[in-house]
Amino acid sequence: MSAPSELLNVQIDGIWHQFQKGTRVIEACAQAGKFVPHYCYHPKLSSPGNCRMCLIEIGMPKLGPDRKPETGTDGKPLINWIPRPQISCAQDISEGMGIRTESPMVKECRNGVMEFLLINHPLDCPICDQAGECQLQEYSVEFGTAGSRFLEEKVKKPKRVEIGPRVTLDDERCILCSRCIRFMKEVAHDDVLGFVSRGSHTYLTAHPDRLLDSNYSLNTVDICPVGALTSSDFRFKMRVWFLKETKSICTSCATGCNTIIGTRQNQVFRQTPRENDAVNSAWMCDYGRLNYHYVNSTDRLQTPQIREGQELVNTTWNSALVKAGEELKQFSKDGIAVVASAKMTNEELWLTKNLTELVGTSHCDIIPRSGAADDILMSADRNPNTLGAQLIGLTGEKPGLRLKDIAEGVRSGTIKAVLALGEDLTQIGLQADELKKLASLIVLDILPTETTRSATVLLPSSAFCEKRGSMINIKGRLQRLHRATQPPGAARDDWEIVRDLIQKLTGSNGIYLIEDVFKQMTDSIPDMNGLSLSRIGDKGVQLVEETEEAPAAI
Amino acid sequence: MKMEMPAELQSRIDKVITEYPVSKRSAALPLLHLVQEHFGYIEDEAISWIAAKLELEPINVLELVTFYPMFRREPAGKHHIRVCRTLSCAMAGGYELLDTFCKHANISRQENGHGAHLLKSQDGKYSIEFVECLASCGFGPVCMINDDFYESVAQDEVPQLLGKYQ
Repeated sequence: MSAPSELLNVQIDGIWHQFQKGTRVIEACAQAGKFVPHYCYHPKLSSPGNCRMCLIEIGMPKLGPDRKPETGTDGKPLINWIPRPQISCAQDISEGMGIRTESPMVKECRNGVMEFLLINHPLDCPICDQAGECQLQEYSVEFGTAGSRFLEEKVKKPKRVEIGPRVTLDDERCILCSRCIRFMKEVAHDDVLGFVSRGSHTYLTAHPDRLLDSNYSLNTVDICPVGALTSSDFRFKMRVWFLKETKSICTSCATGCNTIIGTRQNQVFRQTPRENDAVNSAWMCDYGRLNYHYVNSTDRLQTPQIREGQELVNTTWNSALVKAGEELKQFSKDGIAVVASAKMTNEELWLTKNLTELVGTSHCDIIPRSGAADDILMSADRNPNTLGAQLIGLTGEKPGLRLKDIAEGVRSGTIKAVLALGEDLTQIGLQADELKKLASLIVLDILPTETTRSATVLLPSSAFCEKRGSMINIKGRLQRLHRATQPPGAARDDWEIVRDLIQKLTGSNGIYLIEDVFKQMTDSIPDMNGLSLSRIGDKGVQLVEETEEAPAAI
Repeated sequence: MKMEMPAELQSRIDKVITEYPVSKRSAALPLLHLVQEHFGYIEDEAISWIAAKLELEPINVLELVTFYPMFRREPAGKHHIRVCRTLSCAMAGGYELLDTFCKHANISRQENGHGAHLLKSQDGKYSIEFVECLASCGFGPVCMINDDFYESVAQDEVPQLLGKYQ
């Protein structure tokens, strides 16, 4: 940050406040608890000042004949009010400025602007996806009038435009705030949207040869204050007021964008970004946002199973865990391999590490996952918790280095038992017939794979939205996941399954709550000393120094 | 590419761009005028061409072309007629003048609002549009045919006027 900033005195609705120099008028009002309605203004984007919704009254200090501010009986400067309204989104505060956010003129302005905005807006709220989170609806109730004096025909504009593969546009609902245009230009660096035509005929579009197909396109849906841009994935699926919102993080890459998972009746309907300036600003990529459909899959593993001959048969948790324990006890040390996943939480990985130490094997690793990084949010590391796996010690400096030995050990027969947690072993080159030869293959997973089909014990576990826990992102920030839905059928939390496996080998270990796991983990890892799950908070804590691969700041 | 940019036009364009040293983007309007002057209208390919020339996205140029009514996206007739419809001309008979031109030039008078197609005679000889003030409010109704300006145009003068433009 810069040098200690100067504080300026500003009067808002008769009360004097102090704000840092450089604060926007609209932000100063918000800090003083005076909400100023706005559409085009967005704190993360430039301010074009085109919607006129944030009109307020502004005044400057009254100067005497000596060019010095005159003071009133209270010792505070007198204010010369500008006789016409001003927009509050495009100017900074200045010393002695006066602001009125509740005066009759301001109220009249808001009412007038609402009336203009609604002139060509269709009255289709009952079938509009934005209803319930629509600022036009909300401000209309708060600042508008119920009726309209407009008798003329509304302008017809394009509707149901597939402006990109994931976004549907209704131009009649658009109020021309231009947030989406500025987002695509300033944040997504893909200046694909624009306004064509003029006056009340103006409408939003992409160039006919281009599509809104950026990997960040769905952020335009989030910032659209009305129902003009809607998510083709979420549209018409669920009324937003029915959604239960759970704070979590995205697990599709190592950036760990903060999210809100919207669910109803144990089903995930959407993920939206949650603001965190230390991680993702207010955005997330489309890939991560839409990478949740598999959790709603009807193929989800729901019942523990054990192998009887060629068949996997359903069984109870206890008998599956007893069998897994017995199998593991048959082999010693390096006859056992553990393939874990950097999609697991720290708590799960820490318990898995304990298990590997208990059986005494050095054959343990995670399967690395990578893809192309962009300069915005997406990390080349597509595993959300590589740093966690490294810190806990389930993998080394280079994740995946021990996988070759494990695969060879399985082929040569030196490794007789494998514990696979959330990963399909065909990814490390093992074929189904090779997996079937294993004396013991204990698998935790959520969806069927070659590995689950070859298991001797199959333990159905939980998806990212079904568990509590923590992960460390690529910048070394420790963040929390929360449970938004329950796992299907008899499937259980991964950490509980691993804990029970440990118990089958050692007897009770006195861990009943995830908080206990976290406590034991933080006690054993110096970087985490003194932390608790609740202390991580909604925005995470910086745990280790930022690494070089971190995505560019936004 | 079907659109041919002659060398002479190219060099004029390159010169105009140098007149805006701060931002190439500012040359967008002059370039559109040059292109329309040369081709008679601005085709879609020209929009992309100008955008590439100025290192813009095509949408940035499309915004301008659709905003300003003086830019055409389809060819005009051999002779293009502009009739003023701003207040004093409207009161002096601008609307009737357009109708009379249409009648004598065989132009079918359909809808001609914002964004609608240019009104054109079947043989392509004449096209016509309403424009805003041509700066001769004391002598309405006024019109322009190509680059020629006519004041106080009486309805019965129309056939003779059209006759000049064959």
